[in-house]
Amino acid sequence: MISTAIFFLFAGLAIASAISLVYHKNPLYSAISLVGVLISLACIYVMLAAPFIAAVQILIYAGAIMVLVVFVIMLLNLDEDKPLNRLRYLYVVGGVLGIILLAQTFFIYYAVMRAPKQAVNVDETVGRTLSIGTAMFTEYLLPVEIVGILLLMAIVGSVILARRFQQPKLELVVDNEMEKRNENDKAMI
Amino acid sequence: MEPSLATYLALSGILFTIGTVGVIFKRNALGMFMCIELMLNAVNLTFVAFSRYYADVTGQLFVFMVMSVAAAEAAVGLGIIIAFFRNRESIDVDDASILKN
Repeated sequence: MISTAIFFLFAGLAIASAISLVYHKNPLYSAISLVGVLISLACIYVMLAAPFIAAVQILIYAGAIMVLVVFVIMLLNLDEDKPLNRLRYLYVVGGVLGIILLAQTFFIYYAVMRAPKQAVNVDETVGRTLSIGTAMFTEYLLPVEIVGILLLMAIVGSVILARRFQQPKLELVVDNEMEKRNENDKAMI
Repeated sequence: MEPSLATYLALSGILFTIGTVGVIFKRNALGMFMCIELMLNAVNLTFVAFSRYYADVTGQLFVFMVMSVAAAEAAVGLGIIIAFFRNRESIDVDDASILKN
């Protein structure tokens, strides 16, 4: 009973934060709301007996990615989001798409509720770091390596993207030295 | 009495819907970016829920992969946003119409 109450508390928190994320015009408020969603989802992961994923969620999402986003918001010093002046049909498109997706969600809810209950084998050891690490470095070693290469490519790509395209004029210390020596040689002569 | 699998799927679907609507309604690139992160998180929730109810570790590994790809996407996406802001002095996606006409 108490777990259901906790679940609905965090589910409500996640949905409220998500609505606030879409509602607010100021990007910084949106970012804070997104942190709220991420933390409530981490709590739900703990309830689902996945403590490793919950910790990674807090570390990577709420830690690394959101710090990056907030940093960019501060760096760009943005104004508030302007109201939509053209492309008004997007409101209609968004509304229709939202209604379709909600209908689909409730269809899935009823379909799964009415499906014959399988014998749910609840194994508490699945979410432990030991089982995840074992699977990661034995059975799924190739995908992990591919993800590593992908991260390297992303780092190199973002460094090149964020660089200024004007190359600064290189001024070598050696050049100054050579000029000085030439002048000295001329003075000697 | 624990919430059933269907409840988790419903929560995930609702979050995904809010994210999709947000991507369409938001006009600024950072807002769209954050809504996409929200959609990724909604999908992660289904993976973890199925992993729990089928007692299979593959779902949680896939969540880990999704998080890594999201981190890569954050790095590249924010780099693109900064480069765009440097050229245009705004990150409104409607200003990114230089290829039009």
